[in-house]
Amino acid sequence: MDWSALSVSLRLAGFTCLILLPVAIWLGRALAYARFRGKGLCEAFVALPLVLPPTVLGFYLLLSFGRDAPVGSLWADLTGDGLNFTFTGILLASLIANLPFAVQPIQRAFEHIPHNLREAAWCSGLGPWQTLLRIELPLVWPGILSAAALTFAHTLGEFGVILMVGGAIDGETRTLAIAIYDRVQAFDEQGAAQMSALLLLVSFITLGLVYGLAGRRRWARG
Amino acid sequence: MLKAKSAHGLLLACLLSTSAPAIAAAPIVAAASDLQFALTEAAEQFQQETGYDLRLNFGSSGNFRRQIAQGAPFELYLSADERYVQALYEEGHTQDEGVIYAIGRLVWMQQAGRGDLPSDDAPLAGVDAALEAQESGTNERIALANPEHAPYGVAAQQTLEHAGRWEPTEALRVLGENVSQAAQFALSDDARGGLVAYSLALAPSLRERSEYVLIPQSWHEPLRQRMVLTNQAGDVATAFYQWLQQDEGQAILRTYGFSGE
Repeated sequence: MDWSALSVSLRLAGFTCLILLPVAIWLGRALAYARFRGKGLCEAFVALPLVLPPTVLGFYLLLSFGRDAPVGSLWADLTGDGLNFTFTGILLASLIANLPFAVQPIQRAFEHIPHNLREAAWCSGLGPWQTLLRIELPLVWPGILSAAALTFAHTLGEFGVILMVGGAIDGETRTLAIAIYDRVQAFDEQGAAQMSALLLLVSFITLGLVYGLAGRRRWARG
Repeated sequence: MLKAKSAHGLLLACLLSTSAPAIAAAPIVAAASDLQFALTEAAEQFQQETGYDLRLNFGSSGNFRRQIAQGAPFELYLSADERYVQALYEEGHTQDEGVIYAIGRLVWMQQAGRGDLPSDDAPLAGVDAALEAQESGTNERIALANPEHAPYGVAAQQTLEHAGRWEPTEALRVLGENVSQAAQFALSDDARGGLVAYSLALAPSLRERSEYVLIPQSWHEPLRQRMVLTNQAGDVATAFYQWLQQDEGQAILRTYGFSGE
């Protein structure tokens, strides 16, 4: 078992969830309630990483992370460090790749809140923030939990994008999925088998959690 | 319960060790994947003698050449093709022109126990057999590393071209992302064999599963493998660079079939 790869994977998945969830709650709610021109385009943009080959995403990120490119040079000016082949770089890549996994479950959950419920909250004198905290969030939490679980599991399994921008550096960008690839290349099938079993288990538990919650919701609505 | 708790603690420890200093300080070495086993052994011996850890990254030389030009934090680069080192030197990414650390050899490798290992006189007999099988409708693959960015793939291509077997084998060739993956492919059940690095054929974990025959060196351009310290190299990487050129380092490379200049 490659513990430092496990550590990188867990850190990557943890930070991705932590940063992405607040953004996804805001974006998911906006997409659920707001009516504006170009909303379809906006939703298409969010969903893009679902269908885009990871190598395409990886290729564009590799280009834009370069020190001559706007994003890369801005980051280098701010921090003095590059983005390619760093943990920050794969975190940024992972945030983009996971956008649909975080936003879509939350958006669906917000869409399921009846409009008159929110109106009732406003009539009762609750402000927008109080409505969000005391009415909406308690209703959408299964969606948020699904988003978190999917994002976490998907980040653990992400391979193509990280292969392209990460460079498989031990303790920095070599995630568990990359380490499995490396172990197979080194003809260490036992090592690869252990790590694969762990990923299989974690992914299954995570999805079990998601579908379990969805089932409970259906049952509650009944 | 106790077991669950300690597993939980372990996960937590993994999460918290954001940058374990011992790992963070260890220089990162980018090495051609024909060195997969030889350099791992060398790094272990270096670690025992000096106490310094190294982080080894194996891949295709061409990919590393691109990554270093893009600013990857490798301190030492061991290429299987000296031209990549030369190019990096000309672009100003390295301290100097580096040194030749080994000359590599190409072998025909196939699954052990097939009972049809080609002889030294006709090392490409397996390729011919695969071509014959193709005519009767079975596809037996021939594995090599991708010639676009893997030096052993280039040597394999030159070897097949030398023997007039490049065009005919077009539909049979499978390309590994690097020479190590090519060896993986060569040993799969669907492949007749492959043209890969001698150093992999000699590795302990492959010796039981594979058999090989050497390809004459005159059939391809010499695999002159050059290493170089990048501009980011620190003391440990420099020490390892020198250690590899001395007797002990060179002796390990010899056991994996590399020769000197």
